[in-house]
Amino acid sequence: MAGTAVHHDHRHDHSDHAHDADHAHKPLTFFQRWFLSTNHKDIGTLYLIFAIIAGLIGGTLSVFMRAELQEPGIQIFHGLAQMVYGFEGDAAIDGGKHMFNVFTTAHALIMIFFMVMPALIGGFANWMVPIMIGAPDMAFPRMNNISFWLIVPAFLLVLLSMFVEGPAGAYGAGGGWTIYPPFSTSGMPGPAMDLAILGLHIAGASSILGAINFITTILNMRAPGMTLHKMPLFAWSVLITAFLLLLSLPVLAGAITMLLTDRNFGTTFFAPEGGGDPILFQHLFWFFGHPEVYILILPGFGIVSHIISTFSRKPIFGYLGMAYAMVAIGAVGFIVWAHHMYTVGMSLETQRYFVFATMVIAVPTGVKIFSWIATMWGGSIRFTTPMVWAIGFIFLFTVGGVTGVQLANAGLDRALHDTYYVVAHFHYVLSLGAVFAIFAAWYYWFPKMSGYMYSEFLGKLHFWVMFVGVNLIFFPQHFLGLAGMPRRYIDYPDAFAGWNMVSSYGSYIAAAGVLIFLYGVAEAFAKKRVAGDNPWGEGANTLEWQLSSPPPFHQWEQLPRIK
Amino acid sequence: MKNKAYAVLAALACLLFASSAFADKPVDWQTSFQPAATGIMEEITWFEQYTLWFIIPITLLVLLLLIVVVVKFRERANPVPSRTSHNTAIEVIWTVGPVIILLFLAIPSFKLLNAQLTPPQNPDLTVKATGNQWYWSYEYEVGENPLAFDSLLLKDEDRASAGKEDKAAYPRLLAVDNEVVVPAGKTVRLLVTAADVIHAFAMPAFGVKIDAVPGRLNETWFKADREGLYYGQCSELCGKDHAYMPIAVRVVSQEKYDAWLAAAATNLGEANKALMASIDGAAKTVDVAANAAQ
Repeated sequence: MAGTAVHHDHRHDHSDHAHDADHAHKPLTFFQRWFLSTNHKDIGTLYLIFAIIAGLIGGTLSVFMRAELQEPGIQIFHGLAQMVYGFEGDAAIDGGKHMFNVFTTAHALIMIFFMVMPALIGGFANWMVPIMIGAPDMAFPRMNNISFWLIVPAFLLVLLSMFVEGPAGAYGAGGGWTIYPPFSTSGMPGPAMDLAILGLHIAGASSILGAINFITTILNMRAPGMTLHKMPLFAWSVLITAFLLLLSLPVLAGAITMLLTDRNFGTTFFAPEGGGDPILFQHLFWFFGHPEVYILILPGFGIVSHIISTFSRKPIFGYLGMAYAMVAIGAVGFIVWAHHMYTVGMSLETQRYFVFATMVIAVPTGVKIFSWIATMWGGSIRFTTPMVWAIGFIFLFTVGGVTGVQLANAGLDRALHDTYYVVAHFHYVLSLGAVFAIFAAWYYWFPKMSGYMYSEFLGKLHFWVMFVGVNLIFFPQHFLGLAGMPRRYIDYPDAFAGWNMVSSYGSYIAAAGVLIFLYGVAEAFAKKRVAGDNPWGEGANTLEWQLSSPPPFHQWEQLPRIK
Repeated sequence: MKNKAYAVLAALACLLFASSAFADKPVDWQTSFQPAATGIMEEITWFEQYTLWFIIPITLLVLLLLIVVVVKFRERANPVPSRTSHNTAIEVIWTVGPVIILLFLAIPSFKLLNAQLTPPQNPDLTVKATGNQWYWSYEYEVGENPLAFDSLLLKDEDRASAGKEDKAAYPRLLAVDNEVVVPAGKTVRLLVTAADVIHAFAMPAFGVKIDAVPGRLNETWFKADREGLYYGQCSELCGKDHAYMPIAVRVVSQEKYDAWLAAAATNLGEANKALMASIDGAAKTVDVAANAAQ
């Protein structure tokens, strides 16, 4: 990787420990440090804690859904509806059916906006990008603070929406994360949908502010000598992600604002009876939604590049190709949105174009997969926990990627659209792609962020339990989709029972994997094995490994010079 | 436990004798598309198999390369890493290679898309399907008085009176009270819309899936070659009973269709029963004939 050789005019004092504030100032109180924080590392830590909490909530929702789907018939949601909302008798069945839709909706919104994005962008990018580019902090530290403190109320609004009326006589917003009108307008008159929309608005504002911050930081605050073409790939991936956020989120904001006025102020942007068009919303939503899925995965691409290079003790293969492959994926990602809409009744010409454009994305994605393998080729590979997660990522992302190539074909997608095949596809690239990248990053940077070494045994146990679990969940879903099982169904014809049972058992195994993860974190903090500045050796040559572990409260008071 | 063992055996048997399996609905442990009942679905099935010839080898290649790397270039096997970080030739190969593979996929893909979206001129019959929360209504554009009826999920308590107690033919969550009846071998134009929220009309064996959008009339078509009873389900999230508004299409001979249509104009329930009786009767005759032949 470029940007590796560094001249140190002055090495930081290692005793300058994280919780000692700048010597010129009084030490910060707990409240000042964690609630009024303008320090990118502290805000990054807050984001990571937030993402873990949100991930546990979102993951729990999914285990409830898998428990429901373990057998045909309604197993648990009538009981849940009775417990949570106080429905009685037959009303509990109806309440439970809607509650299932609320769970699918909340699971998606939480995992996308409050788990993956905060972990990768708010967490790891906030922590590592300024350090990697040799900057003392983010360009706008106070804006960084407000970005985090907007995501918290956004999350609370989305959670709150689950407990207020949605459709008449039922609770929560159950329109899926895609919130298509008219179901999200006339179909759900209660305030639940409004709360969810406001939650999305605030989460979107938080992300836009974060994106502005990253773009400004990366473009203006690189250390002397660090040209864009010497910048580490994680910083590249975050820069591209930030542009995607900046360009796509305003479109979502516009769409859901129109949704809000359609719901509350009598406008008819998406209501055909007033001259509006429900399909317009879908175009706007997916104009945001497709770049959004690349927002979720691109930082993962950057992380995996660092880990593969570090533990192969080799520079990344085809550095420029890797960087511009991400640029290409980001750019083409903006012009493929309607491949989510092949069944809405678009013309032959429109569908042809979107098939073609979508297939193009396979090319830069292939370049990345092969370049990672080429990086390992000829390397001297150490199979530490982060490396094992990264290799798992490459394989599982490939599986999800090739089914994506199938789904790109409108003719074939006609049979698979809105079936479990699609569910399997996007969980392979996100749940097994983005989430594996998050765990890889966690184990890679945990020693740097905390100063302590995790347990290799627990980290690898976590990996293998999770690997078996998620594959058991999602691989059989390909079969369910081919057989024709639609998505977002609380109950299914008895013929689908077999693979659903396998899938549900997989989800319990994956849940056990998450418990191992939590135990591993607690164990690392309890045992306090000192990690050292650079536990990964000569392969780890980005700037964060030149600092102490954890890094000083303020780093690079003397800017590093990159040859 | 024994049942599960049988199920696995049955699944294996299905895989072995996939071509001889005859089903118009999903079966236990199914791993592929339902058998095609239209030319379009045959093309879709072919194309899906065709894509597998590309994507499975690619996935296995990546797996193989990872295994080679893990074995050959682990620290103990290769203590000194190379410093190679460029190889223009190989970078060109893995950029151009996928482009060529995509061309191989794109050509039949566009052919399939053309076939789907170019409906035959002058359809033999036009049926309009309207999605409602949570049932389908159908209108036949025939004669002076168009035939119109609703199609709801078959309730368990109505199975006996409807003569639909056989759960193999009328499965839970798939069987409806009034099926759509269409003639075999004829082009049916399907107009699809919705009355309240978006639904989607899906019929896996026909290769048909099209959204039912309020304020919009979507058009698709099918030509079912095989007589039989076919099942599909609503495929766009539409509320609490999204899983409870199945679609059932009965494909019958032209004579049976004509008889049903004439009878349905006055009494749909009786027309359906008469149709079922004539189909079951015919099936029995066939069975008897087959036995006699042996």
